[in-house]
Amino acid sequence: MATDSSPTARKPIAEFFDKAGMLVVLAILFFGCSVFVENFFSLANMKGLALAVSMTGMVSCTMLFCLAAGDFDLSIGSVVACAGVLAAVVMNRSESITLGVLAALGLGAAVGFVNGFVVAKLKINALITTLATMQIVRGLGFIISGGTAVGIGLEDFFGLGNSAFLGVPTPVWITAACFAMFGFILNRTVFGRDTLAVGGNSEAAHLAGIAVTRVKIAIFTAQGVMAAFAGIVLSSRVTSGQPNTSQGFELEVISACVLGGVSLTGGVGSMAFVIAGVLIMGIVQNAMNLMNVATFYQYVARGLILLAAVLFDRWKRRKP
Amino acid sequence: MTAISALGFDHVSMEFPGVKALNDVSFDVRAGSIHALMGENGAGKSTLLKILSGAYTPSDGALVIGGERKVFTDTAHALAAGIAVIYQELHLVPEMSAAENLFLGHLPQRFGVVNRRALAAAARKQLDFIGEDIDPWTKLGQLSLGQRQMVEIAKALTRGARIIAFDEPTSSLSDREVRRLFTIIRELKSRGCAIIYVTHRMEEVFELADRITILRDGRHVETSELAHLTRDAVVQRMVGRKLADIYNYTPRAHGGTGLVAEGVCGPGLTEPCSFAAEAGEIFGFFGLIGAGRSELMKLLFGATAKSAGRVTVGGKPFEIDSPREAIEAGVVLCPEDRKKEGVIPVRSVLENINLSARRRKARAGVLIDESWEQSNAKERCAQLRVKTPSVRQLIRNLSGGNQQKVILSRWLSEPVKVILLDEPTRGIDVGAKSEIYVIMQDLARSGVCVIVVSSELPEVLGVSDRIAVMRQGKIAAILDRADANEEKLLKLALPLETARAS
Ligand SMILES: Nc1ncnc2c1ncn2[C@@H]1O[C@H](COP(=O)(O)OP(=O)(O)OP(=O)(O)O)[C@@H](O)[C@H]1O
Ligand SMILES: [Mg+2]
Repeated sequence: MATDSSPTARKPIAEFFDKAGMLVVLAILFFGCSVFVENFFSLANMKGLALAVSMTGMVSCTMLFCLAAGDFDLSIGSVVACAGVLAAVVMNRSESITLGVLAALGLGAAVGFVNGFVVAKLKINALITTLATMQIVRGLGFIISGGTAVGIGLEDFFGLGNSAFLGVPTPVWITAACFAMFGFILNRTVFGRDTLAVGGNSEAAHLAGIAVTRVKIAIFTAQGVMAAFAGIVLSSRVTSGQPNTSQGFELEVISACVLGGVSLTGGVGSMAFVIAGVLIMGIVQNAMNLMNVATFYQYVARGLILLAAVLFDRWKRRKP
Repeated sequence: MTAISALGFDHVSMEFPGVKALNDVSFDVRAGSIHALMGENGAGKSTLLKILSGAYTPSDGALVIGGERKVFTDTAHALAAGIAVIYQELHLVPEMSAAENLFLGHLPQRFGVVNRRALAAAARKQLDFIGEDIDPWTKLGQLSLGQRQMVEIAKALTRGARIIAFDEPTSSLSDREVRRLFTIIRELKSRGCAIIYVTHRMEEVFELADRITILRDGRHVETSELAHLTRDAVVQRMVGRKLADIYNYTPRAHGGTGLVAEGVCGPGLTEPCSFAAEAGEIFGFFGLIGAGRSELMKLLFGATAKSAGRVTVGGKPFEIDSPREAIEAGVVLCPEDRKKEGVIPVRSVLENINLSARRRKARAGVLIDESWEQSNAKERCAQLRVKTPSVRQLIRNLSGGNQQKVILSRWLSEPVKVILLDEPTRGIDVGAKSEIYVIMQDLARSGVCVIVVSSELPEVLGVSDRIAVMRQGKIAAILDRADANEEKLLKLALPLETARAS
């Protein structure tokens, strides 16, 4: 009887990918680009790459929580734009950086809270809710700015987006800090575990005494604040508030998370993989820019990568 | 009559990472015969049926059907070979109607459009066959667990299978539904179908089955005519040791106020419910499925809102409006529907066990105490003998009974005053059952008020100090242990019309 025969060949590979998965893909991709794409592995390009992924990175932290809890949020791109515009307008009127920043963060928190309240308390589907707020907030951005970019008059404010510490741009430091902080929250705190439980089975979580509504509202609010913060950083980098920036940003962030193995049905997600997902998206984009691939083709390529990632995930999870 | 083998398992093995679920299992199932399959939780019964249905491909061995060796790599192949498997966990779509669920995948069509009239008629016929009086267009989510189970059974029978396997079909059925199911199974047998029947209920096996196969730890222990075995012999072969009285009831002193409900009203109840369960008492709730027992438990636990009534715990008013507050006040509920209300399937055994207690144990109320969680999970798994390669295993990879044990153990790490157990031993093997009864008595002895809902007559009678019988949304009577017997409880539980008619 051959009962002791080795398990089928696929299993060890699948197990390996389960543990290391996207990290390996990332390493291979990075190595490949370094060898084959000219100018990729240069200090200037590395800085540019890091700066380019810093916005997606920041917001993907809270999006990870949102997806892990079984919801998602389409309004973040609009919040980025509207928060940038509001910060610019308030700063110009009040001559105060603090007031501008607080106003923008307050806006983000308010939008996030409304999203959370409608989804968790009124039990409206997250897709519909955030599709609505996405348009409302985009409109607000145009109304506040009068439809055009608002230049910022306070030069001190530009430091946030354009300075560097130890040769690394400040936004990159901020993103790194977010990764560390949210990674810690997800893995080490009751809130993080509760998030995953809510996404895994919200009914069971509720009966086990988890305050499902509160958890969801907190996540959406944090998501709004984070998006607003990204908007502030962006407005500092470009020295103005742009009402039509970051369209499609939400899809970029969700793509990065899905690439990082976060399940769209909730309950599964890890920070390390999301970071890998963010970097993979960034590297692909960066390499395509360096190789002068036309923008139109870049869209196609990004879509294909996402599709491949999801199919790969499916294959990995196929029953033994 | 020479027996015809309809189905053979030929040296079947199945390996999962870290677990050998089946190890070289061989036996035959005959046409026109009911074949019981028994074994402890995690013995490999469901895995064997999933191999039969093509959901799993065995790592070794094959099936023999009509003399041909077969390995299914897809459930469609098994369906085509005339095999129907009714799984332990329901696989229906709650948003769809009963009719659509019944014929999912082969809906009657005309010009590519679903023929609603033909569908309704076919569904009606199928529902009549199982004796279930449901409107075919009711959404499945609105049916009771028992009704859903009956729909699942009806669904499996729509394709005229010749080999039919049932995985613990009665665990969520009422007595009457069980009777109906048995009639159906006997009917299928007389038509010459081969039937495999998995259950943990010994009396069902002896009532129904012709032959039996016993598995232990993935190995084949014995296949024989049931007439050659006694109950004790079956139990002994299953668990590998002798079991005396599994209820092991020893009288306890009890007293002091536990949970008192006065005039509780709410969804699912037709009359205000009042009862007083004492501290240290095991208070049973018996009734037919749909009698309102689970609804009452949920009202007490704050999972649904009371419309009227007062509850006190330990003499103090117990005013809560969420499960969280109930748990903080020392009242916990182990829910009935494991899949929907119990497990977080994509998380580990450890996380599922600590789901509630981790809040209390967290450092500064925020940080997870990893080492406590680890040791608590290991302790609970050992206490209930949960069969899992490690506490890091995803709970969905555990066998049904082992998942149930995990859900139960979730509450054993909490300091409770009142524990509400809704069908706590559903799907649990005899050995583990007797351990759970011991735990219940230990809890009671330490002053906890244990309230247990059960549809199994011997169980309620075996463990309870007092028994409340519910009928059609109200408490019909409360009996002392000494006054209660099967006949009385059943009579009280039956709806009045049927009781008068019989
Ligand atoms: N998908 C899976 N991945 C890993 N292990 C699994 C998987 N499915 C089943 N197992 C393991 O295989 C063993 C047999 O499980 P199975 O579900 O067949 O038990 P069972 O006899 O049906 O038990 P129960 O009476 O509790 O339903 C168990 O130890 C279980 O943990
Ligand atoms: Mg099973």
